[in-house]
Amino acid sequence: MTPAAHTLAPLAFVLQLADNALVLGQRNAEWCGHGPALEEDIALANNSLDLIGQARMLYSLAATHVGPSATEDSLAYWRGPEEFRNYTLLELPHHGPLAPSARQARDFATTIVRNFLYSNLMVGVWAQLLHSPDAQLAAIAAKAIKETRYHLRHAHDWVVRLGDGTDTSHARVQAALDHLMPYTQEFWPASDAEQAAIDAGMGLNLSALQAPWQQQLTETVALAQLKLSSAQGFVSGGKNGMHSEHLSYLLSDMQSLARAHPQAVW
Amino acid sequence: MSSSKDMGSKPLKPLHEWPLWEVFVRSKQGLEHKHCGSLHASDAQHALQLARDVYTRRQEGVSIWVVPSNAITASEPNDKAEFFDPSADKIYRHPTFYVIPDEVGHM
Repeated sequence: MTPAAHTLAPLAFVLQLADNALVLGQRNAEWCGHGPALEEDIALANNSLDLIGQARMLYSLAATHVGPSATEDSLAYWRGPEEFRNYTLLELPHHGPLAPSARQARDFATTIVRNFLYSNLMVGVWAQLLHSPDAQLAAIAAKAIKETRYHLRHAHDWVVRLGDGTDTSHARVQAALDHLMPYTQEFWPASDAEQAAIDAGMGLNLSALQAPWQQQLTETVALAQLKLSSAQGFVSGGKNGMHSEHLSYLLSDMQSLARAHPQAVW
Repeated sequence: MSSSKDMGSKPLKPLHEWPLWEVFVRSKQGLEHKHCGSLHASDAQHALQLARDVYTRRQEGVSIWVVPSNAITASEPNDKAEFFDPSADKIYRHPTFYVIPDEVGHM
């Protein structure tokens, strides 16, 4: 297929990319003021701002598809959890499966492993979208890939430090990996939005992403002296709109101000 | 590496045990690295990445050096008199006694 030079990326696919960036950006922002060290607090806030910046560009692009009534804000603040298409992985709180509440047990290892699994994927996705015939999407990919490479480097570095660190840090990062790996199964079978992007010739190729993703994962896990947990069992469906209960809490936090004060400017 | 049963209950080593690093940033190609601050980090690579996040997030730099603070030998404040005061009256060390020819222009 040779798509025309002006081919636009399918709206649903742009929204999926945007929702991913916004939801993880919001999650990582929860560390702001609570980082394990001042320097790391700033690093996580930078990561959040990169992701929210990517979300803004993608929502703005999506809004041009929707029409004059839509803006980046209307897409971010006025869609409900059932309309979001982010991976379930990204909406989970910063703690393992058995912690009593998110606030009590914010776990840096979970944050880091999640950032690793996601940025490892997105480095591949953005590299493919660099060649998208949608010029705006390709331009966003060109900016995002640099940020995402740094996120991967930062997360990889921490996985290795914690895994090859003390007994406690090793156990915690291993627990986080065991907890999160099953959620990566969702990456590979195409959602309707991804299938539409593939059919439109956007350059997306999910099956080509898996081998390099797995290779980086294997490398990092080996350096970190961790055991690679298998991705098995329940397959989450966030990118198809079937979310965990955590997304609605995250969105209500994020959207309450815009909804209580529509048109507010700050 | 053994699995720890008291996971999460034993406090990690305090963060102030991370050593201190001095950070030098070059703002543009051709300019020198300038000292811009310090930070705590566990090793040199870690310090470099934290320096990127702490000191170059507003496009301040194109290159970063980090140096362990304890590798720097500093002059003592008590030595100030013998170190620095003797140069206070050596005005002839300033190149202000030369007349710069007009053709040279700005120097």
